[in-house]
Amino acid sequence: MQIEGPNGAGKTSLFRIISGFTRLEQGNRFWLGKNITEDEESFFSELLYIGHKTGVNTQLNAIENIQFWQQTHGYGQPSNQNALDIYEILANLGLVGLEDIPVRMLSAGQQRRVALARLWISDAKLWMLDEPFTAVDKKGVTLLQQQFKLQLQRGGSILLTSHQDLTEHFDDLNVLSLEYRI
Amino acid sequence: MQRQYSYCQLFFSVYKKDVLLAFRQRSEIINPLLFFLIVISLFPLGIGPEPQLLSRMAPGIIWVAALLSTMLGLDKIFRDDYQDGSLEQLLMSPYPTSLIVIAKIAAHWSITGLPLVLLSPIFGLLLNMDSNSMQAAVVTLLIGTPLLSLIGAIGAGLTVGLQKGGILLSLLVLPLYIPVLIFATSAIDTSAMSLDYSAQLAILGAMLAVGLVMAPFAVSSALKVSVS
Repeated sequence: MQIEGPNGAGKTSLFRIISGFTRLEQGNRFWLGKNITEDEESFFSELLYIGHKTGVNTQLNAIENIQFWQQTHGYGQPSNQNALDIYEILANLGLVGLEDIPVRMLSAGQQRRVALARLWISDAKLWMLDEPFTAVDKKGVTLLQQQFKLQLQRGGSILLTSHQDLTEHFDDLNVLSLEYRI
Repeated sequence: MQRQYSYCQLFFSVYKKDVLLAFRQRSEIINPLLFFLIVISLFPLGIGPEPQLLSRMAPGIIWVAALLSTMLGLDKIFRDDYQDGSLEQLLMSPYPTSLIVIAKIAAHWSITGLPLVLLSPIFGLLLNMDSNSMQAAVVTLLIGTPLLSLIGAIGAGLTVGLQKGGILLSLLVLPLYIPVLIFATSAIDTSAMSLDYSAQLAILGAMLAVGLVMAPFAVSSALKVSVS
Protein backbone atom coordinates (compact mmCIF):
# COMPACT_ATOMS: atom_id res chain seq x y z
CA MET A 1 0.00 0.00 0.00
CA GLN A 2 1.38 3.34 -1.00
CA ILE A 3 0.60 6.53 0.86
CA GLU A 4 1.06 9.67 -1.19
CA GLY A 5 0.29 13.32 -0.78
CA PRO A 6 1.94 16.72 -0.93
CA ASN A 7 4.53 17.80 1.64
CA GLY A 8 2.86 18.43 4.95
CA ALA A 9 -0.15 16.24 4.20
CA GLY A 10 0.62 14.00 7.16
CA LYS A 11 2.28 10.93 5.71
CA THR A 12 4.91 10.68 8.39
CA SER A 13 2.40 11.62 11.08
CA LEU A 14 0.21 8.73 9.99
CA PHE A 15 3.23 6.43 10.23
CA ARG A 16 4.05 7.67 13.70
CA ILE A 17 0.47 7.09 14.80
CA ILE A 18 0.46 3.53 13.46
CA SER A 19 3.77 2.71 15.13
CA GLY A 20 2.57 4.25 18.39
CA PHE A 21 5.04 7.13 18.76
CA THR A 22 2.25 9.67 18.52
CA ARG A 23 -0.67 8.87 20.73
CA LEU A 24 -4.08 8.49 19.14
CA GLU A 25 -6.63 11.03 20.31
CA GLN A 26 -9.51 8.87 19.18
CA GLY A 27 -9.97 5.60 17.36
CA ASN A 28 -8.07 2.32 17.50
CA ARG A 29 -5.27 0.56 15.65
CA PHE A 30 -5.76 -3.05 14.63
CA TRP A 31 -3.22 -5.53 13.29
CA LEU A 32 -4.56 -8.90 12.10
CA GLY A 33 -7.74 -8.34 14.05
CA LYS A 34 -5.99 -7.55 17.34
CA ASN A 35 -5.87 -4.17 19.01
CA ILE A 36 -2.25 -3.02 18.84
CA THR A 37 -2.39 -0.85 21.95
CA GLU A 38 -3.12 -3.92 24.07
CA ASP A 39 -0.12 -5.91 22.91
CA GLU A 40 2.49 -3.64 21.38
CA GLU A 41 5.36 -6.08 21.84
CA SER A 42 3.95 -8.74 19.56
CA PHE A 43 3.07 -6.09 16.97
CA PHE A 44 6.63 -4.78 17.10
CA SER A 45 8.03 -8.28 16.61
CA GLU A 46 6.21 -8.43 13.27
CA LEU A 47 7.07 -4.90 12.23
CA LEU A 48 10.03 -3.45 10.40
CA TYR A 49 10.03 0.35 10.46
CA ILE A 50 12.49 2.55 8.63
CA GLY A 51 11.78 6.24 9.05
CA HIS A 52 13.45 9.45 7.93
CA LYS A 53 15.96 9.00 10.71
CA THR A 54 17.26 5.60 9.79
CA GLY A 55 18.79 4.47 13.06
CA VAL A 56 22.26 3.97 11.61
CA ASN A 57 25.04 5.03 13.96
CA THR A 58 27.58 6.98 11.95
CA GLN A 59 30.53 6.15 14.23
CA LEU A 60 30.11 2.41 13.72
CA ASN A 61 30.76 0.60 10.45
CA ALA A 62 28.13 -1.07 8.28
CA ILE A 63 28.65 -4.56 9.68
CA GLU A 64 28.48 -3.38 13.30
CA ASN A 65 25.34 -1.41 12.57
CA ILE A 66 23.55 -4.33 10.96
CA GLN A 67 24.64 -6.79 13.63
CA PHE A 68 23.51 -4.46 16.40
CA TRP A 69 20.14 -4.07 14.74
CA GLN A 70 19.85 -7.85 14.36
CA GLN A 71 20.71 -8.42 18.01
CA THR A 72 18.23 -5.87 19.32
CA HIS A 73 15.47 -7.19 17.11
CA GLY A 74 15.79 -10.83 18.04
CA TYR A 75 17.58 -12.27 15.02
CA GLY A 76 20.01 -14.19 17.15
CA GLN A 77 23.67 -14.37 17.96
CA PRO A 78 25.84 -13.26 15.05
CA SER A 79 27.62 -16.37 13.82
CA ASN A 80 30.29 -16.66 11.15
CA GLN A 81 27.67 -17.88 8.72
CA ASN A 82 25.53 -14.87 9.53
CA ALA A 83 28.47 -12.49 9.07
CA LEU A 84 29.07 -13.98 5.62
CA ASP A 85 25.43 -13.37 4.82
CA ILE A 86 25.76 -9.72 5.81
CA TYR A 87 28.81 -9.34 3.53
CA GLU A 88 26.79 -10.85 0.72
CA ILE A 89 23.84 -8.53 1.32
CA LEU A 90 26.11 -5.49 1.40
CA ALA A 91 27.86 -6.64 -1.79
CA ASN A 92 24.47 -7.00 -3.41
CA LEU A 93 23.75 -3.41 -2.39
CA GLY A 94 26.96 -2.17 -3.99
CA LEU A 95 28.89 -1.61 -0.76
CA VAL A 96 31.85 -3.90 -1.47
CA GLY A 97 34.95 -2.76 0.34
CA LEU A 98 33.02 -0.27 2.45
CA GLU A 99 31.91 -2.76 5.08
CA ASP A 100 34.35 -1.81 7.79
CA ILE A 101 34.79 1.92 7.56
CA PRO A 102 32.66 4.20 9.77
CA VAL A 103 29.33 4.94 8.14
CA ARG A 104 29.88 8.70 8.48
CA MET A 105 32.51 8.43 5.69
CA LEU A 106 29.90 7.07 3.25
CA SER A 107 27.68 9.16 0.98
CA ALA A 108 24.04 9.84 1.85
CA GLY A 109 22.82 7.23 -0.60
CA GLN A 110 25.25 4.64 0.72
CA GLN A 111 24.22 5.37 4.32
CA ARG A 112 20.63 4.84 3.25
CA ARG A 113 21.61 1.51 1.72
CA VAL A 114 23.13 0.39 5.01
CA ALA A 115 19.77 1.07 6.66
CA LEU A 116 17.86 -0.63 3.87
CA ALA A 117 20.01 -3.77 4.16
CA ARG A 118 17.57 -4.68 6.95
CA LEU A 119 15.01 -5.50 4.28
CA TRP A 120 17.20 -8.41 3.20
CA ILE A 121 17.39 -9.76 6.75
CA SER A 122 13.94 -9.09 8.08
CA ASP A 123 11.23 -11.70 8.18
CA ALA A 124 8.69 -9.22 9.57
CA LYS A 125 5.18 -9.45 8.19
CA LEU A 126 4.74 -5.71 7.90
CA TRP A 127 7.25 -3.30 6.48
CA MET A 128 6.68 0.37 7.13
CA LEU A 129 9.02 2.46 5.00
CA ASP A 130 8.96 6.23 5.09
CA GLU A 131 10.35 7.53 1.78
CA PRO A 132 12.61 4.51 1.17
CA PHE A 133 13.83 5.83 -2.18
CA THR A 134 15.30 9.07 -0.79
CA ALA A 135 18.91 9.49 -1.99
CA VAL A 136 18.93 6.03 -3.60
CA ASP A 137 20.05 5.84 -7.25
CA LYS A 138 18.14 4.15 -10.11
CA LYS A 139 19.91 0.83 -9.71
CA GLY A 140 19.15 0.87 -6.02
CA VAL A 141 15.49 1.59 -6.67
CA THR A 142 15.30 -1.46 -8.96
CA LEU A 143 16.96 -3.62 -6.29
CA LEU A 144 14.48 -2.37 -3.70
CA GLN A 145 11.52 -3.08 -5.95
CA GLN A 146 12.74 -6.65 -6.45
CA GLN A 147 12.96 -7.06 -2.70
CA PHE A 148 9.45 -5.60 -2.31
CA LYS A 149 8.14 -8.21 -4.75
CA LEU A 150 9.81 -10.96 -2.74
CA GLN A 151 8.16 -9.71 0.44
CA LEU A 152 4.76 -9.67 -1.27
CA GLN A 153 5.30 -13.21 -2.61
CA ARG A 154 6.03 -14.35 0.95
CA GLY A 155 2.64 -12.99 1.93
CA GLY A 156 3.99 -9.95 3.74
CA SER A 157 2.65 -6.44 3.53
CA ILE A 158 4.41 -3.20 2.77
CA LEU A 159 3.25 0.23 3.79
CA LEU A 160 5.30 2.96 2.21
CA THR A 161 5.23 6.65 1.53
CA SER A 162 6.71 7.79 -1.75
CA HIS A 163 6.33 10.43 -4.41
CA GLN A 164 7.24 7.95 -7.13
CA ASP A 165 4.60 6.31 -9.26
CA LEU A 166 4.78 2.62 -8.41
CA THR A 167 1.54 1.41 -10.01
CA GLU A 168 3.31 0.15 -13.12
CA HIS A 169 5.60 -2.09 -11.08
CA PHE A 170 3.05 -3.57 -8.71
CA ASP A 171 -0.31 -4.85 -9.99
CA ASP A 172 -2.33 -4.88 -6.82
CA LEU A 173 -1.07 -1.66 -5.28
CA ASN A 174 -3.45 0.31 -3.11
CA VAL A 175 -2.83 4.01 -3.09
CA LEU A 176 -4.03 6.19 -0.25
CA SER A 177 -3.90 9.86 -1.14
CA LEU A 178 -3.71 12.38 1.66
CA GLU A 179 -4.69 15.95 1.05
CA TYR A 180 -3.11 19.02 2.50
CA ARG A 181 -5.68 21.13 4.25
CA ILE A 182 -5.29 24.03 6.58
CA MET B 1 9.21 -14.20 14.65
CA GLN B 2 11.03 -16.14 17.32
CA ARG B 3 13.49 -14.53 19.63
CA GLN B 4 16.76 -16.36 19.29
CA TYR B 5 18.49 -13.99 21.60
CA SER B 6 18.19 -14.10 25.36
CA TYR B 7 17.64 -11.06 27.57
CA CYS B 8 21.13 -11.44 28.95
CA GLN B 9 22.71 -11.40 25.48
CA LEU B 10 20.64 -8.37 24.57
CA PHE B 11 21.89 -6.57 27.68
CA PHE B 12 25.48 -7.21 26.69
CA SER B 13 25.09 -6.20 23.06
CA VAL B 14 23.56 -2.83 24.04
CA TYR B 15 26.21 -2.40 26.74
CA LYS B 16 29.01 -3.33 24.35
CA LYS B 17 27.88 -0.88 21.69
CA ASP B 18 27.93 2.09 24.07
CA VAL B 19 31.28 1.19 25.61
CA LEU B 20 32.76 0.61 22.15
CA LEU B 21 31.53 4.02 21.01
CA ALA B 22 33.05 5.65 24.08
CA PHE B 23 36.40 4.04 23.37
CA ARG B 24 36.28 5.27 19.79
CA GLN B 25 35.81 8.83 21.10
CA ARG B 26 38.14 8.72 24.04
CA SER B 27 37.41 12.28 25.08
CA GLU B 28 34.13 10.99 26.51
CA ILE B 29 36.06 9.01 29.12
CA ILE B 30 38.94 11.38 29.72
CA ASN B 31 37.13 14.73 29.85
CA PRO B 32 35.02 14.03 32.97
CA LEU B 33 38.15 12.80 34.76
CA LEU B 34 40.13 15.89 33.83
CA PHE B 35 37.19 18.03 34.90
CA PHE B 36 37.13 16.23 38.24
CA LEU B 37 40.86 16.79 38.67
CA ILE B 38 40.64 20.49 37.82
CA VAL B 39 37.70 21.16 40.14
CA ILE B 40 39.53 19.45 42.98
CA SER B 41 42.74 21.36 42.38
CA LEU B 42 40.89 24.68 42.30
CA PHE B 43 39.86 24.37 45.94
CA PRO B 44 43.34 24.56 47.51
CA LEU B 45 43.99 27.57 45.29
CA GLY B 46 40.79 29.23 46.39
CA ILE B 47 40.66 28.54 50.11
CA GLY B 48 44.36 28.21 50.84
CA PRO B 49 46.57 25.15 51.13
CA GLU B 50 46.36 24.45 54.88
CA PRO B 51 46.37 20.63 55.19
CA GLN B 52 43.92 20.52 58.09
CA LEU B 53 41.38 22.73 56.44
CA LEU B 54 41.63 20.70 53.23
CA SER B 55 41.20 17.33 54.88
CA ARG B 56 38.21 18.72 56.78
CA MET B 57 36.61 19.82 53.50
CA ALA B 58 37.78 16.89 51.36
CA PRO B 59 34.62 14.70 51.52
CA GLY B 60 32.42 17.53 50.35
CA ILE B 61 34.82 18.59 47.62
CA ILE B 62 35.27 15.07 46.27
CA TRP B 63 31.56 14.41 46.20
CA VAL B 64 30.50 17.73 44.69
CA ALA B 65 33.16 17.26 42.00
CA ALA B 66 31.87 13.74 41.39
CA LEU B 67 28.29 15.03 40.98
CA LEU B 68 29.39 17.67 38.49
CA SER B 69 31.57 15.37 36.43
CA THR B 70 28.81 12.74 36.13
CA MET B 71 26.56 15.53 34.90
CA LEU B 72 28.98 16.13 32.01
CA GLY B 73 28.37 12.83 30.29
CA LEU B 74 24.72 12.49 31.23
CA ASP B 75 23.40 14.29 28.20
CA LYS B 76 25.19 11.81 25.94
CA ILE B 77 23.37 8.69 27.18
CA PHE B 78 20.45 9.04 24.79
CA ARG B 79 21.26 12.11 22.67
CA ASP B 80 23.15 10.41 19.79
CA ASP B 81 20.68 7.57 19.59
CA TYR B 82 17.83 10.05 19.54
CA GLN B 83 19.38 12.07 16.74
CA ASP B 84 20.17 9.21 14.38
CA GLY B 85 16.92 7.36 14.99
CA SER B 86 18.42 4.37 16.81
CA LEU B 87 16.31 5.22 19.83
CA GLU B 88 13.11 4.75 17.84
CA GLN B 89 14.42 1.43 16.57
CA LEU B 90 15.27 0.35 20.12
CA LEU B 91 11.83 1.33 21.41
CA MET B 92 10.31 -0.74 18.61
CA SER B 93 12.37 -3.80 19.35
CA PRO B 94 10.47 -6.79 20.70
CA TYR B 95 12.47 -6.63 23.93
CA PRO B 96 11.39 -4.70 27.03
CA THR B 97 12.59 -1.11 26.91
CA SER B 98 13.61 -1.13 30.57
CA LEU B 99 16.18 -3.84 29.84
CA ILE B 100 17.74 -1.78 27.06
CA VAL B 101 17.70 1.26 29.36
CA ILE B 102 19.46 -0.50 32.21
CA ALA B 103 22.15 -1.70 29.80
CA LYS B 104 22.71 1.86 28.61
CA ILE B 105 22.88 3.13 32.21
CA ALA B 106 25.37 0.41 33.08
CA ALA B 107 27.50 1.46 30.12
CA HIS B 108 27.33 5.11 31.21
CA TRP B 109 28.45 4.18 34.70
CA SER B 110 31.36 2.09 33.40
CA ILE B 111 32.49 5.02 31.30
CA THR B 112 32.12 7.87 33.80
CA GLY B 113 31.58 6.43 37.28
CA LEU B 114 33.99 3.52 37.42
CA PRO B 115 37.15 5.43 36.40
CA LEU B 116 36.26 7.99 39.07
CA VAL B 117 36.01 5.31 41.75
CA LEU B 118 39.32 3.81 40.70
CA LEU B 119 41.18 7.12 40.65
CA SER B 120 39.58 8.66 43.74
CA PRO B 121 42.42 7.59 46.12
CA ILE B 122 44.82 9.68 44.04
CA PHE B 123 42.46 12.64 44.17
CA GLY B 124 42.10 12.08 47.90
CA LEU B 125 45.86 12.47 48.31
CA LEU B 126 45.65 15.90 46.72
CA LEU B 127 43.29 16.93 49.51
CA ASN B 128 45.32 15.40 52.32
CA MET B 129 42.78 12.72 53.20
CA ASP B 130 43.85 10.09 55.69
CA SER B 131 43.66 6.42 54.78
CA ASN B 132 40.43 5.81 56.72
CA SER B 133 38.48 8.47 54.91
CA MET B 134 40.07 7.53 51.61
CA GLN B 135 38.71 4.03 52.07
CA ALA B 136 35.29 5.43 52.91
CA ALA B 137 35.43 7.73 49.90
CA VAL B 138 36.08 4.79 47.56
CA VAL B 139 33.27 2.73 49.07
CA THR B 140 30.73 5.56 49.00
CA LEU B 141 31.66 6.41 45.41
CA LEU B 142 31.32 2.76 44.47
CA ILE B 143 27.77 2.65 45.84
CA GLY B 144 26.88 6.24 45.04
CA THR B 145 27.99 6.74 41.43
CA PRO B 146 25.72 4.03 39.96
CA LEU B 147 22.88 5.78 41.76
CA LEU B 148 23.91 9.08 40.17
CA SER B 149 23.80 7.44 36.73
CA LEU B 150 20.37 5.94 37.44
CA ILE B 151 18.83 9.20 38.66
CA GLY B 152 20.55 11.16 35.93
CA ALA B 153 19.22 8.86 33.22
CA ILE B 154 15.65 9.81 34.19
CA GLY B 155 16.48 13.46 33.58
CA ALA B 156 18.37 12.61 30.38
CA GLY B 157 15.37 10.64 29.12
CA LEU B 158 13.02 13.53 29.82
CA THR B 159 15.18 16.19 28.16
CA VAL B 160 16.53 14.25 25.17
CA GLY B 161 13.92 15.68 22.83
CA LEU B 162 14.75 19.27 23.67
CA GLN B 163 17.16 21.33 21.60
CA LYS B 164 19.13 22.74 24.51
CA GLY B 165 18.33 20.35 27.30
CA GLY B 166 21.70 20.61 29.04
CA ILE B 167 20.90 23.32 31.58
CA LEU B 168 17.41 22.02 32.24
CA LEU B 169 18.91 18.59 32.82
CA SER B 170 21.20 19.99 35.53
CA LEU B 171 18.33 21.85 37.16
CA LEU B 172 16.21 18.71 37.18
CA VAL B 173 18.82 16.27 38.34
CA LEU B 174 21.12 18.10 40.78
CA PRO B 175 18.43 18.60 43.47
CA LEU B 176 17.71 14.87 43.30
CA TYR B 177 21.38 14.19 44.00
CA ILE B 178 21.22 15.96 47.38
CA PRO B 179 20.29 12.89 49.48
CA VAL B 180 23.18 10.93 47.97
CA LEU B 181 25.54 13.80 48.74
CA ILE B 182 24.35 14.08 52.35
CA PHE B 183 24.74 10.43 53.25
CA ALA B 184 27.97 9.92 51.33
CA THR B 185 29.77 12.87 52.89
CA SER B 186 28.43 12.01 56.31
CA ALA B 187 29.86 8.49 55.90
CA ILE B 188 33.29 9.87 55.04
CA ASP B 189 33.16 12.34 57.97
CA THR B 190 32.24 9.54 60.33
CA SER B 191 35.09 7.38 59.10
CA ALA B 192 37.54 10.25 59.60
CA MET B 193 36.66 10.05 63.30
CA SER B 194 37.37 6.29 63.14
CA LEU B 195 33.73 5.50 63.85
CA ASP B 196 31.51 2.91 62.22
CA TYR B 197 29.87 4.31 59.12
CA SER B 198 27.90 1.25 58.01
CA ALA B 199 24.57 2.98 58.75
CA GLN B 200 25.14 5.60 56.06
CA LEU B 201 26.34 2.90 53.67
CA ALA B 202 23.20 0.90 54.34
CA ILE B 203 21.04 3.89 53.46
CA LEU B 204 23.03 4.51 50.27
CA GLY B 205 22.71 0.82 49.42
CA ALA B 206 18.98 0.93 49.99
CA MET B 207 18.68 3.97 47.74
CA LEU B 208 20.70 2.16 45.08
CA ALA B 209 18.43 -0.88 45.31
CA VAL B 210 15.31 1.26 44.92
CA GLY B 211 16.94 3.13 42.04
CA LEU B 212 17.91 -0.08 40.24
CA VAL B 213 14.36 -1.34 40.40
CA MET B 214 12.45 1.85 39.67
CA ALA B 215 14.67 3.98 37.43
CA PRO B 216 14.61 1.75 34.30
CA PHE B 217 10.82 1.94 34.20
CA ALA B 218 10.82 5.69 34.77
CA VAL B 219 13.43 6.18 32.05
CA SER B 220 11.56 4.06 29.51
CA SER B 221 8.35 6.03 30.05
CA ALA B 222 10.33 9.26 29.83
CA LEU B 223 11.86 8.14 26.52
CA LYS B 224 8.46 7.26 25.12
CA VAL B 225 7.25 10.76 25.97
CA SER B 226 10.37 12.35 24.44
CA VAL B 227 10.14 10.43 21.17
CA SER B 228 6.50 11.27 20.52
